[in-house]
Amino acid sequence: MPERARRAKRQAPRGAETRAPGKAKARPPRRGAGRAARKERPALPRQARGGVAPAGPPGGVRQQIVVSGVGGQGVLFVGRLLAEAAMARGLPVLASETHGMAQRGGTVIAHLKVGPFTSPLVRPGQADVLILLKEESAASHGSYLRRGGWAAINAPSAPAALAGAAPRAVDADALARERGLGKAVNLIVLGRALGDPPAGAEGRPALFCTPEEIRSVLRSRLARQERLLEASLAALDLGIAQTIPARH
Amino acid sequence: MAGRLLLLGNEAIARGLVEAGCAVATSYPGTPASEILAAVARWKAETGAPMHVAWSVNEKVAFETAYAASIAGLRAAVSMKQVGLNVASDPFLSAAYTGVTGGFIVVSADDPGPHSSQTEQDSRRIAAMAKVPVLDPVSPRDAMDLVAPAFALSEAFRIPVMLRPTTRVCHASQDVPVGDVRPLGRRADFRKEPARWAATPVHRSRLHKELVEKVAAIASYAPTAPRRINPRVKGPRAVVASGVAFAHAAELLDAMGLLATLPFYRVVQPYPLHQAFVDRLLAEHSEILVLEETTGVVESQFRNRAKVRGKESGTVPEAGELLPETIEGILARFARKRRPARRDPIEAPGRRPTLCPGCPHRASFMAIRKAAPRGIYPGDIGCYTLGTNLEAVDTVLCMGASIGQAAGFHHAYRQAGQAVDIVATIGDSTFFHAGVPALVDAVVQGARITVVILDNRTTAMTGNQPTPQSGFGVLGEPTAAVDIEALVRGCGVTYCRVGRPTRFPEFLALLKEAVAYARENGPAVVIARDPCLVDRAPFEKPPARRRMTVSAACDGCRYCVTRFECPALVYDAGENRVRHDVLLCSGCGVCIHVCPKKAIGEAPDA
Repeated sequence: MPERARRAKRQAPRGAETRAPGKAKARPPRRGAGRAARKERPALPRQARGGVAPAGPPGGVRQQIVVSGVGGQGVLFVGRLLAEAAMARGLPVLASETHGMAQRGGTVIAHLKVGPFTSPLVRPGQADVLILLKEESAASHGSYLRRGGWAAINAPSAPAALAGAAPRAVDADALARERGLGKAVNLIVLGRALGDPPAGAEGRPALFCTPEEIRSVLRSRLARQERLLEASLAALDLGIAQTIPARH
Repeated sequence: MAGRLLLLGNEAIARGLVEAGCAVATSYPGTPASEILAAVARWKAETGAPMHVAWSVNEKVAFETAYAASIAGLRAAVSMKQVGLNVASDPFLSAAYTGVTGGFIVVSADDPGPHSSQTEQDSRRIAAMAKVPVLDPVSPRDAMDLVAPAFALSEAFRIPVMLRPTTRVCHASQDVPVGDVRPLGRRADFRKEPARWAATPVHRSRLHKELVEKVAAIASYAPTAPRRINPRVKGPRAVVASGVAFAHAAELLDAMGLLATLPFYRVVQPYPLHQAFVDRLLAEHSEILVLEETTGVVESQFRNRAKVRGKESGTVPEAGELLPETIEGILARFARKRRPARRDPIEAPGRRPTLCPGCPHRASFMAIRKAAPRGIYPGDIGCYTLGTNLEAVDTVLCMGASIGQAAGFHHAYRQAGQAVDIVATIGDSTFFHAGVPALVDAVVQGARITVVILDNRTTAMTGNQPTPQSGFGVLGEPTAAVDIEALVRGCGVTYCRVGRPTRFPEFLALLKEAVAYARENGPAVVIARDPCLVDRAPFEKPPARRRMTVSAACDGCRYCVTRFECPALVYDAGENRVRHDVLLCSGCGVCIHVCPKKAIGEAPDA
C-alpha cells in the first residue's frame, strides 16, 4: 500500500471515529510487526514506559504538530489550546515550549504530539501539521513537515518554500487590522488550519480536533474575560471562513 | 482533587512537592526553573496545605532558608536554574557534609542548548563534586513521580538530594494524573547538635568520612537503581540513557525497530551510579552507548572505559542540546544500521529577540549612548541584556557583574592615567540579587562609574515575579518592601537620582549630569523607573499612551529602525519611509526624540 493511502486510512476523518473509541477497530497486539503497525502502536513494552509513555489512546490518534512565530504572537497559546482539546478527548499529550529571552520578539516554537509518544520534540520531516504565524518562518521551519503533511500560514499567499505542502494561506495581519482583532492573529491562523482544506489537498489528514472543540476550550479558558472571549471566537471563525485557493 | 491535568514539567514538579508534604519552598526565578514556585503557591492556596512559599532575594538565600526548615525536621525544597546553583554552591557543598533531618530537595534546572542561559553547565557535576545524589527526570510525569522517592532517599540517608530536570522537561507539558495532597503534620523541631550544624574543621573531617560512606551506600539503593527496559533482549551492544535523552531514545529505538535487538537501560540516578549495574553491564556487553545531557557524568563512572561510547569517547557531541535527530544518527551507527535519510536541518537562529515595543529600557539605552558616547557599557542579566542590539551593552558575565566589572574597568583605565566614561546597567531584581555588594565595593574603592538601575519593579524576563521592593509575594499577598533609593544611599552612594526614561529629554539631562558627577567624584546612581510593558500593575500612574504619526519629513534614513530598533517602527521600502505598526505601538512617544529629521510626532486627535 502506498504511504499516502496507508496514512489516509489510518487518519480518521475529522470528528468521526476518533471521538468514539467504541467504534475503533480493535487491533491485536503485534510484536515485531511491520512498519505500519509500529507507527500505530508502539512496540515499547509496558515496563519501558516506566512513567514515560502513556498507554495507547482511544481511536489511535497520532499527530505531530509544530506551531511557530515570534514572541508576543501567542504561539504558546495556540499550542495550549490544541493540547487542551486533546486532553478533553482523553488523548495523551506531550508538548514542548520556548520560554525566556526568546519570548521577547524572537523565534518561538511549540511542538505538540498527540498520541503515545515519549519524546517532547518533533523531528525534522515528521510533522503532520505546521502552523506558521509568520511568513518568514516558512523557509526555516518548513522542513519540520513530513511528506503528505500540510501547513497553515499567515501570509497573503503561500510562499514558494511550502509548495507541495498543501498550504492554507491566510492574511491574518490584514484581517486583524481590518476587524480590530489586533491581538488575535494567532487565532485567525488556527481557524484557517481548522477550516476546509484547499483544492488539491485531498487525502491529507485533518487536524485531530474540530473547531467546536477549540471553541469549547476557549470558552473554559476565557470564562471570566467576556470581551476577550468574544474577540477570540470571532478571530477563530474569521480564520475558518477563509478558504483562499493556494497559489503556487 | 485527584484527576488528570495538563501540566508543564515545572508544574508537575510543584505538584509532586505539594503532594509529598513539602512545608517550605523557596526559589529565585530563572529560566527554565521559574514556574515551579508559583505553581507550588497556587496549590498551597488551593489545597490549604500549611506551607511557607517565597521568592528569595537570590539562590543562596533561598537555599539557606529551605535548608534551615529541613534541619528543623520539615520537608523542604529549593528550586533554581543551573547558574543559580553556582550562586548557592557555597551552602550546597557545605550542607552535603552537615546533612539534613527532614527531606531536602534541590531542584537545579539545566539548559542544554543553551536556550536562555550563559552556560550549558551540567548540575550533576556540581552534585558529584558535593557528593550529593542526583535524579534525572525524563518527562513532566516522571518528574512528578520522582519527588516522593527523592524525599525518601533524602530522609533515609540524611542527605540533600538534587532533582535535575532540563529545559525539555521543565517546559514540556503533558497529561499528568495527580493525586491527593496530604500534609505530613510535622512541627518544626530543631535539635541542637553543634558538632554537626555548627561543625568546625575538626568535625568536618568526620562528616566528610560519613558522607563518603553515605554515597557508597546510595550507589546500591534499590529504589533509584537503573531500570532495564527490555529484559528479554540479549546482545553484545547495549544502550544506556538518562533524562530527556532517554525519552528521545525510547521513541526512536521503537520507531527504528531496535528494541528487539538492543538491550536498553534507563539510569534514574546518574550520580552515584549504581555499582552493581556498572559491573553487570561491563560483564555482559562488549559495547555500551551512553546518551545523556549535558556532560558524560554516567559515562565517566564506568571504570573500564574501553567499552563505553559517549560524550568523552567522541561518539556523542559534547556541546549543544542532544536533539532527537542527532540521537537518531548515533543510534543507527551504533546498531550498524543504514543512517536515516538526511533531512534539511532546521535553521536555528530565526529572528533574534528584541526589547518589546515601548519598553522603557530602549529609551534608557538611547540616553546612555548619548550621555556617554565613547563610553564602556557593562551590562547584566535580564531582558535588558538585549541592549547589545542597541550597542549599549558591551559585557554580560553573570548576575550582578555589571557593577563589579564597571569598577574594574575604571581601575584598569585609571591606573594608567586614562579617562573613560563607564555606564553600567542592571535591573532592579538583579541589583537586589547580586548588585548590592558590588556597589558597596565601588563606593569604598572610589570607582568613578555611573550605574543605571533599570527599575520596572518586576522580574520581567522570567515572567514578572515580584522583587523585594514590590511589597507583595508569590500570590500577591502583602509583604514588607525595601526602598531601592534608600538601599543605594545606604551603600554609601552620595549621588542617587530617580528619572523616567520615557520622559526622554529630562532623563537624558539627568544622565548627563550623573556621568559628569561620576567623572569627578565616584559612583553615581540613576534609577530609571518606568513600567514593564508586560506588567504595568506595579505603577500607579503608568505613562499615557499617545497616538504616533510619521510626517512627510521622513526621508527613509532608517536611523530609528536600525539604531532604536523598536518593533513598532516599520520601514516601507516601496515608499521609502517609516510607519508605525498600530498593532504593536505602545504609544510611549520616545521615538519623537529619536528621529534625526524630526519627522515623528503625536497624531492630532481624530
